[in-house]
Amino acid sequence: MDKAILLDWYRQMVLVRRFEQKCAELYQLGKIGGFLHLYIGQEATAVGSIAARRPQDHVITAYRDHAHALVVGADPKRLMAELLGKATGVSKGKGGSMHLASVEHNYWGGYGIVGGHIPLGTGLALAEKYKETDAVVLCYMGDGSTNIGYFHESLNMAGVWDLPVIYIVENNQYGMGTSVARASAAPDMVTKAAGYAMPARKVNGMDVIEVYNAVRETIDAIHAGVAPQFLEINTYRFEGHSMGDPLRYRTKDEVEKWRGDDPIGILERHILKENAATKEELEQIDDEVEAVIEEAVKFAEESPFPAPEALFEGIYVDN
Amino acid sequence: MALITMRQAITDALREEMQRDDKVFIMGQEVGVWGGTYAVTRGFYDEFGEKRVRDTPISEMAIGGVAVGAAMGGLRPVAEFMTINFAFLALDAIVNHAAKIHYMFGEQMRVPVVYRAPGGGGRQLGATHSHTPDVIFAHFPGLKVVSPATPYDAKGLMKAAIRTDDPVLFIEHHTLYQIRGEVPEGDYVVPIGVSDVKRPGDAVTIVAYAQGLQVALEAAKQLAQEGIEAEVVDLRSLRPLDMGPVLESFRKTFKAVIVEEGYRTFGIGAEIAARLQEEGFDYMDAPVKRVAQLEAPLPYSRELEQSALINADRVIAAVKEIL
Repeated sequence: MDKAILLDWYRQMVLVRRFEQKCAELYQLGKIGGFLHLYIGQEATAVGSIAARRPQDHVITAYRDHAHALVVGADPKRLMAELLGKATGVSKGKGGSMHLASVEHNYWGGYGIVGGHIPLGTGLALAEKYKETDAVVLCYMGDGSTNIGYFHESLNMAGVWDLPVIYIVENNQYGMGTSVARASAAPDMVTKAAGYAMPARKVNGMDVIEVYNAVRETIDAIHAGVAPQFLEINTYRFEGHSMGDPLRYRTKDEVEKWRGDDPIGILERHILKENAATKEELEQIDDEVEAVIEEAVKFAEESPFPAPEALFEGIYVDN
Repeated sequence: MALITMRQAITDALREEMQRDDKVFIMGQEVGVWGGTYAVTRGFYDEFGEKRVRDTPISEMAIGGVAVGAAMGGLRPVAEFMTINFAFLALDAIVNHAAKIHYMFGEQMRVPVVYRAPGGGGRQLGATHSHTPDVIFAHFPGLKVVSPATPYDAKGLMKAAIRTDDPVLFIEHHTLYQIRGEVPEGDYVVPIGVSDVKRPGDAVTIVAYAQGLQVALEAAKQLAQEGIEAEVVDLRSLRPLDMGPVLESFRKTFKAVIVEEGYRTFGIGAEIAARLQEEGFDYMDAPVKRVAQLEAPLPYSRELEQSALINADRVIAAVKEIL
């Protein structure tokens, strides 16, 4: 893998990690309201998979959506402003943490209803097939959403219509506090895809290079005419489901074991082993990211809240 | 002018819009090979092909949501629920996604989807297949809800629904497909959110829409034989709700009866009555009356079902109570 690419992925993963840590701080200070779901531990999934897409390929995900927004290239300043409920936010302060989007980057959000976005991603794929483009849709979801009707109806319809979509299950092992084994009669995600005659494979979600290669090959498979596709990316969230998670459902030993597989640590060790960069060069990237985060928070803090009249703006296109 | 059925009017609107704009396509259960459960899209599969007339599996959640995604992606889907009763399964897609996405993402996306949903009571389909749940959908800002009562309005409103960049629920009362009315040749649009006086009068204002409008017009006809001239206002759209013609009529007649096929409790009539006292209190000469479905699940047995539904006699009785 090219050295510059590895360093860019490192930078993106650190950006996501530090952004999320900053969000947690701002939440504790009461500056971010509502629900807040952090992506810490899962960074290799968003970074590796989005690195594999082309600009015309679409991204859509559930409510743990900050990372995808950052990685597609949305402005961290406007993302942080959204989290602070400011008028300069990507969604004008109307969406919040669960509803980030950046359509100019083909990032379609950010959805709070579990599974609700799966048919939306499927519909985006229908639109591309209808328009006869070669774009594909990366439709991310959590393991918990594989138990809802939307998942099954969407996979079936996409299969019937051969739609260019990759259903990417980010299996972080728990839907809120309920483990996959306690929630899914078929806990092996790839067997669910088999029910819809859909090609599926498992991926180690802690290794960004493996994620990248898997998604790259899957997009190629769609271009070769085999669509839709399914990936189960195994990963782990190091923090709770959301802020205020009592963490009663998993042991400290289990969390520590997964933290040993920290995706940033794995990439860092790989970079040093391959002599792609020195420890000092990586620390310099860390510092640059820190400056980006500080600038984002400053922008968000200094931005105005939405004007009162914004309440009624944008309900309809045609009034 | 041609005298055509409401079914034909909707068919013509769909065909003309599909010919005008190749981004318009149809999806739903049995819309293609079968020709539509109510035969509205008969012949479309052969005319436009399976790309644009898409038979779906029996998957209302996906029909509701995939149509939203396709609309976000630049298409103009007309997604059909075989009946509005089945749209309950897609309520989340309609309410949480179609109706919210433009607003919730700061106007980055548009969702120009039309959901077609035939429905209503009176055909002995039993409790689960006979709903008139229009008010549920009309509750939410972000969605437009229309329900025409005449072939002219059906054609013009369908064209408006397809052309607007907002999501629209288009409710078709299944007892109205056979009614006939004058429809002009050529292209025209009936704007969404504009009520219409269907019959002039000065004795009482009857507010209605969809199948209720036909009941109201029949009642007005019989009242006229007794020398009572009722003015009948057709809402046509439930959201946006145009109270203008309703209030204008009420300021002339000082009395109102509201007719709807849905239940009285929390119904369309409740909203209209509230708006009349808020915005027309000084003109109120009598209690506002509501004629609506009686508060029971609709039974199968014919006479029992009919006893729960609105009819001209009940409207006439309500009018006479306040004259």
